[in-house]
Amino acid sequence: MTKRIGYRAAQDRAWRWRMNRRHGRRLTCFGAFVVAASTTTAPAATLTHQDMLWLDRITYGPTTAVVDQYLKLGRRRFLEQQLHPTDLRLPPAINTQITALDVSHTDPAIILPVVAQEQQRINALSDEGAKQTERKALNDKGNHLAYEAARREILRALYSPAQLQEQLDWFWLNHFSIFQYKGTDPWLVGDYAEHAIRPHSLGHFRDLVLATLQHPAMLQYLDNAQNAAGHINENYARELMELHTLGVGSGYTQQDIQELARILTGVGINNSGTEPHLKPEWRPLYRHEGAFEFNPARHDFGTKTLLGHPIPGSGYSEVEQAVDVLVSQPACARLVSRKLAAYFVADDPPRSLVDHMAKTFEKTHGDIAAVLDTLFESHELQASLGGKFKDPMHYVISTLRLAYDGKPIANTHPVVNWLNALGEPLFGRQTPDGYPLTESGWASSGQISRRFEIARAIGSGNAGLFEPEDGTPPTTTGFPQLSSRLYFTAVEPFLSDPARTALNRAGSQLEWNTFLLASPDFNFR
Amino acid sequence: MDRRHFLQMTAAMTLAGRVYAAPANSPRFLLVFLRGGYDCANVVIPYSSSYYYETRPNIAVPKEGIVELDSNWALTPALSNSIAPLYKNRQALFIPFAGTDDLSRSHFETQDSIELGQPLQGAHDLRSGFLARLATVVNGAEPISFTDSLPVCFRGDKDIPNISLKGVGKPVFDQRQAAILSDMYAGHPLQAKVIDGLELRQEVGRTLEMQMKEASRDAISPKGFELEARRIGRLMRDQYRIGFIDVGGWDTHVNEGAAQGALANNIESLGRGLAALSQELGGEWRNTVVAVVSEFGRTFRENGNKGTDHGHGSVYWLLGGSINGGRIAGEQARVEKTSLFQDRDYPVLNEYRAVFGGLFATLWGLSNDRLRRVFPDSAPINLQVI
Repeated sequence: MTKRIGYRAAQDRAWRWRMNRRHGRRLTCFGAFVVAASTTTAPAATLTHQDMLWLDRITYGPTTAVVDQYLKLGRRRFLEQQLHPTDLRLPPAINTQITALDVSHTDPAIILPVVAQEQQRINALSDEGAKQTERKALNDKGNHLAYEAARREILRALYSPAQLQEQLDWFWLNHFSIFQYKGTDPWLVGDYAEHAIRPHSLGHFRDLVLATLQHPAMLQYLDNAQNAAGHINENYARELMELHTLGVGSGYTQQDIQELARILTGVGINNSGTEPHLKPEWRPLYRHEGAFEFNPARHDFGTKTLLGHPIPGSGYSEVEQAVDVLVSQPACARLVSRKLAAYFVADDPPRSLVDHMAKTFEKTHGDIAAVLDTLFESHELQASLGGKFKDPMHYVISTLRLAYDGKPIANTHPVVNWLNALGEPLFGRQTPDGYPLTESGWASSGQISRRFEIARAIGSGNAGLFEPEDGTPPTTTGFPQLSSRLYFTAVEPFLSDPARTALNRAGSQLEWNTFLLASPDFNFR
Repeated sequence: MDRRHFLQMTAAMTLAGRVYAAPANSPRFLLVFLRGGYDCANVVIPYSSSYYYETRPNIAVPKEGIVELDSNWALTPALSNSIAPLYKNRQALFIPFAGTDDLSRSHFETQDSIELGQPLQGAHDLRSGFLARLATVVNGAEPISFTDSLPVCFRGDKDIPNISLKGVGKPVFDQRQAAILSDMYAGHPLQAKVIDGLELRQEVGRTLEMQMKEASRDAISPKGFELEARRIGRLMRDQYRIGFIDVGGWDTHVNEGAAQGALANNIESLGRGLAALSQELGGEWRNTVVAVVSEFGRTFRENGNKGTDHGHGSVYWLLGGSINGGRIAGEQARVEKTSLFQDRDYPVLNEYRAVFGGLFATLWGLSNDRLRRVFPDSAPINLQVI
């Protein structure tokens, strides 16, 4: 206890010293900036408040590297790099961590049969105690993989220079939401994020729909793995139209849902690793890729009518036809455009903007980067800067980007815990609608007081962020350095008066950190 | 002081609120929302219907162990120790064929539409939920949501506090820190929520600490929903009058189970929690009505995966210390193939706005005018609950 108080006191002494020097330090800092800028060919530039707020939208919060890059490239070229990222380099320490993760070497096609065999073996055990112990051990392994999947997402959100892609990655994981606690999904969420979502997050929407449709994580989560001729399960068919492509009230009927469910019969998972025995005439129609399979023996080959389009029974190509019908509906262009605008611009985005984006979507057949170009070049975005309440993911990631400014963390457990406490864990949304993107979903009185408590937790020390997860001794320590060069470049010049007043009333570094992270300035982007 | 001054002063006091704060014995209402569409037919079982057993070959709850409510309906064995005793004491009633006329069969659309409580036709005001409107027409309503985020039914002009009671520790900020945090939001659109949030956190922390001390003599400490329900009971006993809680995990498309299984486990935990809540309310249980609802029922027939899909009519529950319970209420139909809605689901014969309108009118003695502000364009039906 005394040791801890001693540590606090030392922290506070250091803090007072920094605060006393604050004015001088700020001048030095800006001085250094001007010198640095004048040595390059780019015109000497400083950031305006609008620049900072714009960066706050296109990234998970500016770091020194982001600011330097922006000043070097200017807004248009910076945007182009974000829309078509070529530099995906992570800090070496982060790269090493990600490469070492089990989830980076797990293939669903290999792991699912193993898990299925393990489950069978455990179920056959006669000793109830042993059964329970082994079942728990197996579940722990699955949950470990799901944790690693979340860890990988968090590390990339924190450190990838392709910040727009990282936000899109989260956005699509949320749009095509899955839940890690369903069936064998803990074993699959990492692969889903890596291979169904990430390659297409700035690509074409149709590819995203098909990639999620063919992924065992989705087929399991929304029960299509059980959907077969004569045993219809319409869960996925419904959500595919309602949540993923068209939106409720856009004109489809219960009949359309039932027809789509028939089209999707036989689209499922192969847990055994071996092909099913099929009648010779069905063999050419069998499809599989990894753990995904289309089994013609489970398919309803009757003719269907989807949204007025007749789709004759032919096998898996029906599914591709149906997806083409869905993604070419104007309702789909609007649903996706509106949701992107709600995420990046405003809870209730201006109609003019959504129209403009939807037009781009239709013209480019769902080119996501093109739709985002329209969004980021719009005057509606410009007019909305600073007005969007951060959801917990934006809040936690931006906090850490400010506090540690590119310095690699070694342990992601605290970050996962903070996201849990704020109600937005990765792969943790139970229902398929995904997390809300609006202020009303995150800014109730109870959520705000919880957020202030997390602000205090983040501001009060490194919370174990620098203790390696493999138990090796930390090679570095880190206290959240909120009054850093980055702070004086990106935050301090634009602070509101109420925030400034609160910071002046702080009696310790801990309080100062808490107030900054709880300020309205820092909770909106 | 002359009469005019006196009147002016009392008027000011009323406006300042709190003067007419809820008296101890005023009515309490708790809405329990089962999100996901619970399969009512396996909870309140139409055991006189042979069609029920015919169409649910794998998941029908067998007759052994069910608790008969009348000659047609019976409770699942999973509720035999919790809700069945309440029913026997006339403190529980069930309303089959209850629900909304919304036909989207979408969880999200239907939940939102019920929580808004507005007529289905015409434009909807997405910022106005029916419990929020109820709180404005009831004197001393003291509303609260026991959820992580504010539900749609509590959306409105006034800020309504929310706090999840799943895990609440000691308050983190002292008064000085709380004041600095609040001041930072002076004049900001979030100001009221910041103040509410910080105050509620302190208050709830104190109440629950007291409850924990009193209960520490109990050998087994409650867990899960029961713990939450006990905390809700304490807060509604002492301070709050209109509450909301939601419980998830009812979307049983696959392997739903019958007398045992996924649904039975979930319903057992719910029932145990609600029985605990009634105890925790103590003498105020007789001033309390708890309503259990869900966005829709499920398909009457089981599907191809020993589960059920999204349906229509549901069975609502009303619980309370002095309700006119121990019966099945509302308009009824025989449960058979021909009475199914769209040859698939229970029909809705008792529309939720009419049912709750009638309940609120008697619970608080609301005038027609006030009631219309809660449920516009709806004619209340009086099920003689109180």
